[in-house]
Amino acid sequence: MEKIFQKFSLASASLVFVILLGIFLTLFSASKEAIDEFGIGFITNPDWNKEVPIDTKVISKPLVEISADIDDASEEDDDLLADEDEMLFDEDAVSDSITIYGGLVPIVGTLLTTMIALVFALPIAMGIAVFLAEIAPKNVAYPIGIAIELLAAIPSIIFGMWGLYYFAPIIADLVGGYQVSLLSAGLVLGVMILPFMAAITRDSMNTTPDVLKESAYAMGATKFEVIKDIIFPYSKVGIIGSIILALGRALGETMAVAFLIGSIFTLPSKITDPTISIPVAMANNFGEASGLGESSLFYLALILFIISFAIISFAKLYFLRGVK
Amino acid sequence: MRLLINKIVLGLSTLSALIGIGFLGWILITLFIKGLGSFHFSLFLNDLIDGGLRNLIVGQFILAGIAAAVGIPLGMVAGIYIREYGRGKYAQVIRNLSDIMMSAPSIVIGAFVYAIIVIPTGGTSGFAGAVALSIMMLPIVINTTDNMLSLVPKELREAGIALGASKYKVIIDIVIKAAKVGIMTGILLAFARIIGETAPLLFTSETSNYFSLDLTESFPSLTVSIYDLANEPEESSRDLAWAASFILTVLVLMINLTGRFITRNKKR
Repeated sequence: MEKIFQKFSLASASLVFVILLGIFLTLFSASKEAIDEFGIGFITNPDWNKEVPIDTKVISKPLVEISADIDDASEEDDDLLADEDEMLFDEDAVSDSITIYGGLVPIVGTLLTTMIALVFALPIAMGIAVFLAEIAPKNVAYPIGIAIELLAAIPSIIFGMWGLYYFAPIIADLVGGYQVSLLSAGLVLGVMILPFMAAITRDSMNTTPDVLKESAYAMGATKFEVIKDIIFPYSKVGIIGSIILALGRALGETMAVAFLIGSIFTLPSKITDPTISIPVAMANNFGEASGLGESSLFYLALILFIISFAIISFAKLYFLRGVK
Repeated sequence: MRLLINKIVLGLSTLSALIGIGFLGWILITLFIKGLGSFHFSLFLNDLIDGGLRNLIVGQFILAGIAAAVGIPLGMVAGIYIREYGRGKYAQVIRNLSDIMMSAPSIVIGAFVYAIIVIPTGGTSGFAGAVALSIMMLPIVINTTDNMLSLVPKELREAGIALGASKYKVIIDIVIKAAKVGIMTGILLAFARIIGETAPLLFTSETSNYFSLDLTESFPSLTVSIYDLANEPEESSRDLAWAASFILTVLVLMINLTGRFITRNKKR
């Protein structure tokens, strides 16, 4: 029994590893078609679902690849043949054109909304954390702490609906532009990560030993000086970790952004323009996509997974070792 | 001057707390007004096809329930491994990976399940949705179990071993019992989180207008239907979406508060 239980527990723990590896391999193999077709240039190509004549596509390839093409010209021919085979199944396509997919717009949309959310949430979250950890008496901090954590528990789809019908109109009135835009998506995302960031920051601020604070007070320091010179330096590492974790969460958020970003594949020229992010592109197009389009969506998913994996492991390994 | 700066900063900080509370209040009040306005008891009796929400609520509970039934035991046992059996690097690596998995974008998990289940089986199904939610739930339960077991004093384990109990007996009968309340709270919070998930269900279970208990077909989901309804042009659909959001939020917050209440009672 002992042995069985131990083996079983080892197996369950290894399941985590297996699933993560499985996600990576599955996404990679599902996006293989798009990776082979567009290569790394996918990241910088702003066109999504655009038909181009096949000739243009070959010419627009980077020089290096063209010279490679000359080397194995026969392989390239096979590629073209394969493309044409596919066209037969695609009703809209003309026989001498191919639909190309590029990831630049959703990638830029994801990064910009995340940045707006961080810029908006960071000062407020710090304020809340300072309030909860240092200013409020215990019997006030406790219920407010719970309220902030409840804000974190509200499902993201609720944030999306509320944002679309109540928050975005106000933002549009204030700054002009469209109601669905980069800005309103970023701000609602900011409201979403706010409680998360505040809670971790508060926890790491609470790890500051009382002795340090008390000695500073004894020297005649004001509360602000204690916070600035004692607590912040002491809990700096945990705070940076919490910011990075919030960043990781904002990058992958789907539903709240889906309501507010406008979901069009155009690069925004100003902050109040609608655009699209990686999760939203997936949410809206996955059902209908097939072939190269679906593979390109998997490619986007792979990019998102790698970015968030890198960011979160960075935060965990370098900043949040001790903080729970 | 120093005192003035001090006052200003403390004031700003208090203001931020008020802003945070303000957002919570704003969202809740919106939900109450819009949700209660379209709320009617018959919503619980009719299915979506007849303008009710019964099938969706039942469906969402079944999906989250299956996820919990799979995720809780596996997660707990994995957490036990990390804390009690794991020695050295491997347990630490799994702990870190589980933390990373907890923050993995939920839509990516949806895409993963789409690739491994929906494509091979030829269509969306309740089964695929439940798998996606289980994957979401697993790392949360691992993390909770791991943390709560770490709070159990070493002396308790030593006492058990000294009485001649096997390690497995000590873990099941002593360590888990001691950490029970904490683990239960964590599990309730995890359940509250996955029952409100939408993104991993979008293309795995999808949703359905009809009552269904058949896990091999598209399965009714409250959250996915809220997304669909909220995007429809008719006022009546949107009202229904608000009512559904209201029910969902009340449910999630209630589970959440119950969890906190249990821990608080124990602390006293």
